[in-house]
Amino acid sequence: MKNKADVVIIGGGVNGCSLAYGLTRKGLDVVVVEKKYLASGATGACGAGIRQQWSTSENAELAIESVKIFEKLSKELGDDIEFRQGGYLITVHDENEMKQAEKNVAMQRSLGLKVDILKPDEINDVVPILDVNGMCAIGATFCQTDGHANPFKTTFAYAHAARENGAEINTYTNVVGLKTKNKELNAVVTDKGIVKTNVVVNAAGIDSKGIAEIVNLDLPLVPFRKEIMATERMKPLFDAMVISFKDGIYFSQQREGQIVGGIPIPEERSGYKTMPTISFMQHMSRTLTRYAPVLKHVNMLRHWTGFYDVTPDARPILGEVKELKGFIQCNGFSGHGFMLSPMVSKLLTDLIANNKTSDVLMSLNLSRFKGKKIEREMSVVG
Amino acid sequence: MNKTKRSIVCRCEDISEEDVLKAIDEGYTDLEELRKKLRIGMGPCQGRVCIQLVMKILERKTGKKIPKAALQTPRPPLVPVSLGTLAGEEK
Repeated sequence: MKNKADVVIIGGGVNGCSLAYGLTRKGLDVVVVEKKYLASGATGACGAGIRQQWSTSENAELAIESVKIFEKLSKELGDDIEFRQGGYLITVHDENEMKQAEKNVAMQRSLGLKVDILKPDEINDVVPILDVNGMCAIGATFCQTDGHANPFKTTFAYAHAARENGAEINTYTNVVGLKTKNKELNAVVTDKGIVKTNVVVNAAGIDSKGIAEIVNLDLPLVPFRKEIMATERMKPLFDAMVISFKDGIYFSQQREGQIVGGIPIPEERSGYKTMPTISFMQHMSRTLTRYAPVLKHVNMLRHWTGFYDVTPDARPILGEVKELKGFIQCNGFSGHGFMLSPMVSKLLTDLIANNKTSDVLMSLNLSRFKGKKIEREMSVVG
Repeated sequence: MNKTKRSIVCRCEDISEEDVLKAIDEGYTDLEELRKKLRIGMGPCQGRVCIQLVMKILERKTGKKIPKAALQTPRPPLVPVSLGTLAGEEK
């Protein structure tokens, strides 16, 4: 393991690896430290969706810019990340939801996104297997340029490109300490050695809170266990991701033909427990077969858990903290880390390599939680 | 059809020994990363057929013993069950 670097990134998920790629392209010497294997946390457990339809303009902007990068990413990295744009169909169930949807769509359109409000009888044009009455939908919003990519392949492709550029990626390596001097970071201590550095990026997903605690920094992150399932493969039935904020369900058909989706369970609690529950299997199956009755004969093959690292406003914490020079946050994605990663790593690359900040980065700084009124992201599922 | 002999290690995802060796050569030397790259263990068998074989290939190729703890977490429902059955009766 190297004993010094320009930047040490803690966390080998999609954000850590994409940032390693971005920084090494700028000629910086980067070391990544991952406690398990690449994409072993939230990235590897996620639903693979890429959505631009948000309620806060920061998230929408990050997502719109991310999609522009995703569109060219396979070519750029020289590896197929399986990006496809089948759209996101967001079902709307009552007047209140419709008001919020109209507000969201107006904001999204002002950012240049093409998004439509659909009437109930137009829903089946997008996803034929849905039972509009069973879902109790009074409409939907649809954005064709939303879509999917393969989270493993994206992470591996970023990691591969970063390594080619000279990054050192250490898996099965634990961070045990952070050394500071005059309120400035100066080394990362791992169980495999010490790396001297003045810049540390905390991209450790739910473990980011523990990393920050080493330097007595309190991050407002709460881990929520989320469950997700996959069915057997079928012929292609629909292209879009279907989500409902009211029922909390999301599901889509992946490239290989399996349906992957999740839903919160009624007794959901925060915490670090990872066991999958029978309650999830029942709740998911009941809701999914209510949305698409034709799926009742389809087999569920497996279900697994992952974590959302949830912040008080469901938006990420990005950028350098005021309390400690050189300590950069890249966490708190609240379930949306994969889809936002291309733009997040671009902004953080600009910050670290060129000392260039941006409005989005400023508004997502940790300092926003101190005293000020925060705007909460409303469009959260799963 | 390819006329060369293919030794299938994962029937669910149609992955051959050659595919596994190629991925290891590309740098996927961790059982979990290999699994996620090739989708081994994600089909109806849930790894019962393929994981032991892939583990052996990986051990042979890298010369490193893989600890039992590195094997994938069992994922319910373990055998395929229809969504209709799992949904049961609405109460």
